[in-house]
Order: sequence, then C-alpha cells, then structure tokens
Amino acid sequence: MGLRKTNEKGILGWFDQRLPVMDMWNDHMAKYYAPSNFNFWYFFGSLALLVLVNQLLTGVWLTMHYKPDAAQAFGLVEYIMRDVPWGWLIRYLHTTGASAFFIVVYLHMFRGLMYGSYKKPRELIWTFGMIIYVALMAEAFMGYVLPWGNMSFWGAKVITQLFGTIPWIGDVLLEGIRGDYNISDATLNRFFALHVVAVPIVLLILVFLHIAALHSVGSNNPDGIEIKDYKDENGIPKDGIPFHPYYSVKDIFGIGMFLIIFLGIVFLKPDMGGLFLEHDNFNIANPGSTPEHIKPVWYFTPFFAILKVVPNPFGGMIVMFSAIIALFLLPWVDRSEVKSIRYRLLPFKLALTAFVTSFVVLGYLGMVSWGPGEKLLAQALTGVYFLYFVFLFVYTKNEKHKPIPERLTH
Amino acid sequence: MTDKVNESRRNLLIATSVVGAIGAGFAAVPFIKSWMPSERAKAAGGVVKANVSKLESGQKLQVKWRGQPIFIVKRDKVLLDTLSNHDDRLKDAKSEKSIQPDFAKNIYRSQKEELLVMVGICTHLGCSPKVYPEIVPQAFDSDWQGGFYCPCHGSTFDISGRVYNGSPAGTNMVIPPYVYVDENNLIIGTDKLEGGA
Repeated sequence: MGLRKTNEKGILGWFDQRLPVMDMWNDHMAKYYAPSNFNFWYFFGSLALLVLVNQLLTGVWLTMHYKPDAAQAFGLVEYIMRDVPWGWLIRYLHTTGASAFFIVVYLHMFRGLMYGSYKKPRELIWTFGMIIYVALMAEAFMGYVLPWGNMSFWGAKVITQLFGTIPWIGDVLLEGIRGDYNISDATLNRFFALHVVAVPIVLLILVFLHIAALHSVGSNNPDGIEIKDYKDENGIPKDGIPFHPYYSVKDIFGIGMFLIIFLGIVFLKPDMGGLFLEHDNFNIANPGSTPEHIKPVWYFTPFFAILKVVPNPFGGMIVMFSAIIALFLLPWVDRSEVKSIRYRLLPFKLALTAFVTSFVVLGYLGMVSWGPGEKLLAQALTGVYFLYFVFLFVYTKNEKHKPIPERLTH
Repeated sequence: MTDKVNESRRNLLIATSVVGAIGAGFAAVPFIKSWMPSERAKAAGGVVKANVSKLESGQKLQVKWRGQPIFIVKRDKVLLDTLSNHDDRLKDAKSEKSIQPDFAKNIYRSQKEELLVMVGICTHLGCSPKVYPEIVPQAFDSDWQGGFYCPCHGSTFDISGRVYNGSPAGTNMVIPPYVYVDENNLIIGTDKLEGGA
C-alpha cells in the first residue's frame, strides 16, 4: 500500500497516512519537553515569531497600495494613511512592528547572555539567531528607505556611502548597490525587491533553522543545566513538561500582555515622539537638502555611535562590523563550564551589566549631536563594549562559580 | 558494490562538477552585472551646463550632476586672500590626498580663481554642507574665515573646500571635472570640449 501507519481516524488519519502530521505535532508541540522553570525572559522567542507574522501580513497588505517609484512613493504612503480604508492602521502596525521586532529581539538576546543559552550545545542556535539579527537589520534599513522621506534618502546615502569607503572596490561597489551615481529611483526599486521578496524568504528559512536546531538539542533554562541528563524510565526528562499545553498557554498570556502595550503604541503614540518615525521623514526626499541632524532609527544607534567614534569612515566601518562579529563569536569566547548567571560570581555580573549599559548608552549617544564630552564618553563606552569579550575570554578560562545544581531548583 | 574505485567514472564525476561550477560562475555574471547603473542612468549621469553670469560674490549656484548637488560659489578678492593665511589649520592644504582635476590642484582649487565649482557632498559621510561666506566668528569656529560647514558631524571647510583640522572628514571636498564654454557658461562632468559643443 505504501501508506504510513497511524492511530488517528477520519480526515486526520487520512492525512497522517500520507504526511507525518502527528509526528510533527508531537516532536515540536505535544511531546517537546521543555524545562519546567521558564520565566519572564522566555516570552520573547514566541513574541518575535508573532511580530514576524505581523510584519509579513501587514507588509503584504501595504504592497497592495504602494509603488516603489521615486516620483510616487512618498505620496502613496500619504495615500495609504489618508485614503486607503484602514490603511493607517496597517501601516502603523508595520512601522511599530519594526521597532517592536528589535525590542523583542534585544530582550531575547539579553536572555541568552544572562543564562548562557549561546553555550555548547547551542552554538548553532545562537549563530542562526545572529544571522537572523543581521538579516533583520538589512530588512529594516531597506524598509526605512521605501517611504522616500528625506531621512530615508539621507540615511540610505550615508549608510551606502560606508561601502564606498572600502579601498579599491569601494566606488564600483557603491554604484552596484545604488544602481546609479546617487540614491535614486533605481535604488528604491531594488531595495523594494530585497525588502519584500529576498530578505523575507531568507528570514523565514533562518527562523526555521533556528527553531529546528533548538528543538534538536532542547531549550536552555534559567538554571542553565541540561534537563536531558535526568530522564525517567520512558526517556522523558524528569524536569521537562510538554510544550503544549503548558508553554503554549503561557505564551498566549505573554502575547496578550505584549499586544496591550504594542497596540497602545500603535493607537496612541505611533511615532513615539520621533523615535519610531522620525520627523524629518515627513518631508519628501530631497538630494539638495540635508536634514540638520542625520541619524538612523533607534535600533541602529548603538552601532552608529561606534561608527562615529572612529574619525576615518573606513576604520569606523571596520570597528562597527567588528562589534557585530564579536557577538557571533560569543559561544567560543565564553569558555566557562557554567551557563547561567545564577551560578556565576560578581565579576561576571558586573561585566554583563557594564556591557549592557555601554550598549544602551551608546544607543542614546547615537541619537544626539556630539560635543567633546559626548565623543569622549562614546569612545570610552566603545572600549567597554569590546572589553567585555576580552574579559569574558580571559575570565572564563578558570572561572570560579557557585555549586551548580543537578536538577532544576524551583 | 565493490571496494574498488572506478577511476574513469570518478574522473567523469570531477569533470562534471568542475564544468557545472564554471557554468554556475558564468550564470552569476548577468545577475551581478544587472546591479550596475543602467544605460539610462549612465546617460543621465552625463554632463550639465551652468550659466554663472548673474552670480555675485559669496553667492552659491547649485546644479545637479549625477544626482549630486554641485556648488558654484563666486569669491571676491577678500575671500580669495583668506586662502593663503591658514595653511597650518588645514589637513590637506596642498590637496595631495584629495580628489580634483589637475587644473584645480592649487589653493583656489578651481580653473578661474574667482569661481569655485565643487561637489556639495561632505567627504565624511555624504551630507551636504552649507556655505557660510561671511568672515565672522561662528558657533563652530571663533576664527571663521568663510567656508563650508557640515551640519551632520561638524566638518568645516575653507572657501576652497579644504578641510580644517579637527573635522571628521579626512579629505578636501571633491572638485568635479568641468570646462568653460565661454566667459559665463561652463559644462560640468567633462574637462574637454568635444565636437565644438
């Protein structure tokens, strides 16, 4: 017959004979055993998935009314806001969703730093996650160009200009990225293609790999110990509970809380006082008039500050990309045998605090114009950012730590 | 199945893979080249004409070439005299590291002394500086000699577009190729008059 064996009846049984429906459901939901001590910090993975769905859905709807044409784009965004039924809501869901995506992803990454979720055996999960983060930055950058406001134009100009500073190939590379001798209709068109088709496909594949790798080695937890080391006679981790219904319900609660805040912003303060939607972008792109103060949207500003710390643009670009590459290397920089911050001592806690503080304050400095004081502070904090990785590498060689429990401690 | 390796089949396998890889390499060419500026963009990136007969000293005329603002600034003797008194404050006073046609590699950075033609894009990160032609103290420079100030990251340039020390920009402003057709008309984007244009 060639049909698979199944315990299910009816339509579900018919499908299960032809596609491993129940196996997939069990492997990833009903019999995926997750540690029983997940806390607040474990909401952000599923929330990132929710925001991704929001971006895909609202993004598809926006493309129904938008044209990537330098002569029309700015006007069409106004048209979506004023004339398209519910267009304002769909656009604000998309623009607020972009910022929400980064808030959720930054908190998700911070969770990983706290509980050592990047450490063996989860290096690949972290690596896929980092590639997602980089793809997300590319996606957000290109999406920001599409409304064709003046900050879209000048932001795109300054950021693409970075690639023009690369010796030898810079000029050709710059023309290749822009498709013209300046940011133009050609640039807008290709950014639209990449933003709407290419990068989302890459993102979806990466998210699939991120979750596949996670479900293969199993989730970490706030204690940072492996629940698979203690299994009962059926091979089920003693400290594990099925993802469904326990965590599916927990995540629905998290989604409810998230939506209250998210929709509050969408309805009441969608521009977040110039933070989510910048004031200069309410003017149409004008190549002859630079905004008084060019800055990226808030989620890029820590890296923008690091870029500005180095006087030479090419050098600045190298240092900025190093700041991202350093994060990729974390699983191998942290050589400790302990994962969770709960069982690590004060030096690690101070270092992590310093690292996160430097990132947040650099984010602030990336938004404001600089005098000598700000420049000095940004230089110092860039130092702190990179020193975290140096410190971690040295400190974790022979790290002293509190006794690690064998089972979860709740 | 035997353990013996079939050498001729293996060579065929390698040859097939190599040919396939070369084919994929060739197939990638149109996809990569397609990113470069189109013929239409190249044509639009040709030359532009400017008439400077109505320009007064300190005034700026702005035209667009390849989507970039081109500043044309008229300078009187007072402004031109400032150019020789502050070499020590400049990063590249002789324009040795900067981009300009050979005819502009002098302190005036121009073909005719009184007229500066310059790409109005900061050499730091591509913002468009503003011209401050008055020789009066400014918030960003108490000893201002007239010149250009970039509002993005605070780079300052003298009235020849030469960058001052302490600016984030590393080189002087770019001078495009241009040529005078007659007293008051010039063509930007080429340094040769072709076919009696």
